[in-house]
Amino acid sequence: MDSPSMGAAIQALLRRDLLLAYRHRGEIANPLVFFMIVITMLPLGISPESAVLGSLAPGMIWVVALLATLLSLDNLFRSDFDDGSLEQILISPHPLYFIVLVKVFVHWLVTGLPLALLSPLLGVMLFLPEAGFVPLFLSLLMGTGVLSLIGAIGAALTVALRKGGLLLSLIIMPLYVPVLIFGASVVRSAIEGFPIAGELAVLGALLAVSIILAPMAAAGALRISVNG
Amino acid sequence: MEFQFASLAEFWAMKGHGPYVWACYALTLSTLVYLLGAPRRRHHQYLKQQQRLKVAQAHINKSFEK
Amino acid sequence: MAWQWFYRMGSPRWFYEKTERWIPWLATVTALLLITGVVWALGFAPADAKQGNSYRIIYIHVPASFLALAGYYVMAVAGAIGLIWKMKLADMVMKSAAPIGAALTFVALITGAVWGKPTWGAWWVWDARITSMLVLFFLYLGVIALQGAYQHQATADKASAILALVGTVNIPIIYKSVDWWYTLHQPATLKLTSASSIHPSMLYPLLLMIAGFYCFYALALMLYTRAEIVQRERRTAWVNELVGGLK
Repeated sequence: MDSPSMGAAIQALLRRDLLLAYRHRGEIANPLVFFMIVITMLPLGISPESAVLGSLAPGMIWVVALLATLLSLDNLFRSDFDDGSLEQILISPHPLYFIVLVKVFVHWLVTGLPLALLSPLLGVMLFLPEAGFVPLFLSLLMGTGVLSLIGAIGAALTVALRKGGLLLSLIIMPLYVPVLIFGASVVRSAIEGFPIAGELAVLGALLAVSIILAPMAAAGALRISVNG
Repeated sequence: MEFQFASLAEFWAMKGHGPYVWACYALTLSTLVYLLGAPRRRHHQYLKQQQRLKVAQAHINKSFEK
Repeated sequence: MAWQWFYRMGSPRWFYEKTERWIPWLATVTALLLITGVVWALGFAPADAKQGNSYRIIYIHVPASFLALAGYYVMAVAGAIGLIWKMKLADMVMKSAAPIGAALTFVALITGAVWGKPTWGAWWVWDARITSMLVLFFLYLGVIALQGAYQHQATADKASAILALVGTVNIPIIYKSVDWWYTLHQPATLKLTSASSIHPSMLYPLLLMIAGFYCFYALALMLYTRAEIVQRERRTAWVNELVGGLK
């Protein structure tokens, strides 16, 4: 019997992961609730004044989105690793690159996309100036993609470790610095009235480079983790 | 090229910047010394530990032969 | 024939025996360079017109920063060689480079902060160079943490190599983005070092210190790698002889 074509394999993997995500749809809420709770703590810890919160809002929302993504990354490969399906996936004849890409895409669908969709609500709570809402959404939409892609590398490196979660955050956070800087600055520039096309382009470039390189590194890391 | 300070007291004080400069040089010296000492100690301790294990193993082997 | 030389270099035993003879010389050269450099830097280089004597800290801060960054590339290249050619010695060098680089980054950060206080009035400034150096410090810590997390040394080596390589790709991006972010928020009036416009009487001790630090780095790397070799190669005959030869 012919082994399935790559297209069919990707479709099957996509359907499987989406179905698994749907079955655990309660878990989608976790990073979102975290997002909201921390944003709630900010006024309590800093100040409830609109002027103060408004100026901090772009960076704060971005940082918290980053943390929420980090929390959810541990699960990217872990459940497959725990029940042995990851090993099976590694034996498959299809390039691991695309398999990782599909998994990261599903992860983004259930983590990054909801974060981006929720962000306007949080913008309202933090008195984000009007000009910032659409840029916030756009920057998070693209930026969380980069976060998921780079995060996949860390998730792959730590999947075989028992207490991999904190270590994952430690090794991935420095790599998040460029996305954070450009993501938050898109929002700030928009608020200050500057054109943001250039900065959005940089975010796009980061996304493009991550799509090309991150799955390769993650694939290599997966092989090392599983075979080690 | 001449010595820049009138006296050793002035050299130490560095026109008020003394604590900063000397703290930095002290930190660096201790770090460099540590970076040279730590591996040597580890190296030596490991070899000694292996030697002790060998000696202990030899004793055990001898006691089995008896 | 060239490849034979390459693979011979990859033998831990060869490295151990060669470095045994190199180390005394290297240590002498390092001491000479550093002692001359420090004496010159502290006592004979003229005080800066604007900064007074606090600028003497750059004689440590600059070499440490150079080595902090160069050391990361040493670590990443060693990791790549170990990953691609499966050379054990390269893995050992990579593991050894991590703590040395992290310590030098720490020195660079602290000396930078201490220099900042009398010079610009603040212990910490989130400028591009110092912030990038802080991120570099975290990258080093990540590799060190990863090294310690695995049961099998081979897995740890491969995983850290991947992390080090990913970090390498990111370092220029991180630096550029932090630099861009910083100039957006602060006018670029400060130049921490402008070596091209530095007076020769200040430049020469700096060059001596930089050379001394490079030699020191090589020395420390050799010492750490030798300790690592003895541990990893403990089952070989030649290491057993070493053990037996002890007092």
